[in-house]
Amino acid sequence: MWRKIGYALAVTLAAVVPVIALVALPPWAILAAVVLLGAWLAFTRTGRQASSATAVAITTIPQRLGSSSVVVIGIAGVVGVLVALLAMGEGFRSTLQQTGSDDTAIVLRGGSQTEINSVVGHDAAVTIAQEPQVMRDAQGVPIASPEIVVAASIPKKGRTTDANVEIRGIGEQAWEVYPRVRIIAGRRFTAGLRELIVGKNAAREFAHTAIGSKLDLNGQPWTVVGEFDSGDSHNSELWADTNVVATTYHRGDSTSSVTVRLGSPKLFDAFKTAIKTDPQLKLDTQTTRAYYNAQSAGLTKMIRILGTTVAVIMAIGALFGALNTMYAAVSTRTREIATLRAIGFRGPPVVVSVLLETLLLAVAGGLIGAGIAWLLFDNYTASTLGANFSQVVFEFRVTPALLASGLKWALAIGFLGGLFPALRAARMPVTDGLREL
Amino acid sequence: MKYFNLVWSALFRRKTRTMFTLLSVLAAFLLFGLLDSVRTAFANAGHSVAGATRLITISKVSFTLELPESLYMRIQSVPGVAEATYANWFGGIYQDPKNFFANEAVPSNFFDIYSEFQLPAAELQAFQQTRTGAVVGASLAHRFHWKIGDQIPLQATIFPQKNGSNTWTFQLVGIYHVTNPSERQQEDALFFHWKYFDEARAFGNGKVGWYIEKIANPKDADRVAQAIDAISANSDHETKTQSEDAFQASFVSQFADIGLIVGSIMGAVFFTLILLTGNTMAQAVRERIPELAILKTIGFSNRSVLAMVLAESVLLLAIGGAVGLALAELTVSVIRARLGAVPMLPVGEAIWLQGLGLMALIGLLVGALPARRGMRLRIVDALAGR
Repeated sequence: MWRKIGYALAVTLAAVVPVIALVALPPWAILAAVVLLGAWLAFTRTGRQASSATAVAITTIPQRLGSSSVVVIGIAGVVGVLVALLAMGEGFRSTLQQTGSDDTAIVLRGGSQTEINSVVGHDAAVTIAQEPQVMRDAQGVPIASPEIVVAASIPKKGRTTDANVEIRGIGEQAWEVYPRVRIIAGRRFTAGLRELIVGKNAAREFAHTAIGSKLDLNGQPWTVVGEFDSGDSHNSELWADTNVVATTYHRGDSTSSVTVRLGSPKLFDAFKTAIKTDPQLKLDTQTTRAYYNAQSAGLTKMIRILGTTVAVIMAIGALFGALNTMYAAVSTRTREIATLRAIGFRGPPVVVSVLLETLLLAVAGGLIGAGIAWLLFDNYTASTLGANFSQVVFEFRVTPALLASGLKWALAIGFLGGLFPALRAARMPVTDGLREL
Repeated sequence: MKYFNLVWSALFRRKTRTMFTLLSVLAAFLLFGLLDSVRTAFANAGHSVAGATRLITISKVSFTLELPESLYMRIQSVPGVAEATYANWFGGIYQDPKNFFANEAVPSNFFDIYSEFQLPAAELQAFQQTRTGAVVGASLAHRFHWKIGDQIPLQATIFPQKNGSNTWTFQLVGIYHVTNPSERQQEDALFFHWKYFDEARAFGNGKVGWYIEKIANPKDADRVAQAIDAISANSDHETKTQSEDAFQASFVSQFADIGLIVGSIMGAVFFTLILLTGNTMAQAVRERIPELAILKTIGFSNRSVLAMVLAESVLLLAIGGAVGLALAELTVSVIRARLGAVPMLPVGEAIWLQGLGLMALIGLLVGALPARRGMRLRIVDALAGR
């Protein structure tokens, strides 16, 4: 009785501890564990027994190809779906994260969470630009860009329905606020004219955005004169002169937000306090990094929950598939294993050999799944509705970290799926095994 | 049916293997139920039976731009429009941005047009008489434990009050119910008086977010929509009128192609499942070849052997699948009761029917090869173990 309970406890520990370690440990620790295992296999007596038992097991895989492929494909499915879903979240997060920085700050009306909901009066915009923390250019002009954000409904390429695109009116100093922005075709818009430049991703997604084409905004014709690349979520936008956008949309002299370049990231707190303590202003200040990170937080979290839930349920399915396969494998190899035991192989090498066989199949599955996800989805373009009720275009990003976590999942499923069959193989009475037909 | 016992005992001949396979099938159908609940929630977002008789008019430029209130009388006089109402998106936050729900300012005839929002007559009257009154859906009231008479403060994100305050406090005077379970998401909303909103807001006065028209005959929808848009053609506030369903669908499709995402995941899941159960069935039949040969020896026809193996695999899928879907139904109802506003519809008839169809299909598919093998085996060879 006590022996049985003790055994059950030991097995549970043996199953749970390595899986937790796998999840918790950093990659280098796992790599070190693999190296140690390799050394044990190569240089110790039991290790060498284990490696030759594994070699026997692996050479018999082709005889069980059908059922072994269940382990590989089951795990490939889990890893593929997990990596693809997380790559979507990662792509969206990194696109928005790159948009922000610590040395630029955005000022919105108090309580507004997004630019489209915000209104900043002309006087307030002037006051903000005059704050001493704002960097000035060579001529002594503060680097501040009063901006207007509106959503315009225009057709997407290849579809009949319209989608919202973000139109951003930018101030004269905007080029200093966003130094990363490069014109990749055409030219900048001319201040005072109804001219637009189009972000790289917006140009790809929306119709009538080629250079030279006309776009109708609020009943007035605009001309696209250039295409820009900012390397971040501004690539989903159309940019124009803030004053002309204000006229087109009857905004008077108010804007949506003011974005400023600070002398250094350290000045942010002083800048924020200056605006907060000004009784004339009812405005919220944040670094653009905080602003854009907040926009991606909700969706990224949702995708992570969705991805993990789907992967956990799929992993349960794949785990039972692996258990079935490995129990069947052990039972078809009953005589072989009993023979090994009879000629002096101890229990541990037998356990290790079955485990290693399963892990090998699992790693193969993990690599196939991650590989397929990478081939199909790395840089796959998708778009969603962003905080300003407009399309944000982003690319799926299959990062090395995601591939590594996919492999971890594969190893965990393989380990659990192999452990119990392995223990059965080692505990089988040798005499019964040899008698088996 | 008379062979049921035979099929049943064949299925549980190897208990562990069958249990493991059943658990895999269960996992697959649990996932199917959960994901389809999400998918239908997005597909049905804002969709309602009554919506077929409603049109939505928004600014042609973008639905974030507002329209003048003066359009109201002219829209109401368009032939075919039975009654019109309007609404403004308020975008207020209750305590924390995470507690998101729709809150809109509407005139008092709003609930006449949205007849599926069932509000007791006394509460409707209270709403019409209370300037700062608000009406919420039953799910929303349940989520925040609100009861009639409560004060609900909302933080404005778009519209501060004239007095500079960002806090709008409403008095809860009514709670509406939506009876159709697949439309129950629409209980996650708060409505308050447009008049109060328009008087108290600091800017944008005299403008409405969108118009809603109830039309006398759904067949006239296109004609009425064109007539409404003609009113403001070539003005600086051109409109775009479409059916409520079309408006909702275009909004959801801008968010993401949920159907494609769910479809790809389920494709991967069922592909794996077919392989896995196919392998189990192949093993099961391989082991039983001598038994099948004996059945044939004592007079079972080829066809009944085929049918028995197929029945076994369909039964395997049906047991696992039914338990999985039941579990999905339970999970969804627990999540909805606990969290309230989640994009998940109850696992209803439509999902069950689809699921049962999939079970039968996959069962037949994975049983086909092993069943054919059972049917074709020659008694002499099989008994001799060749």
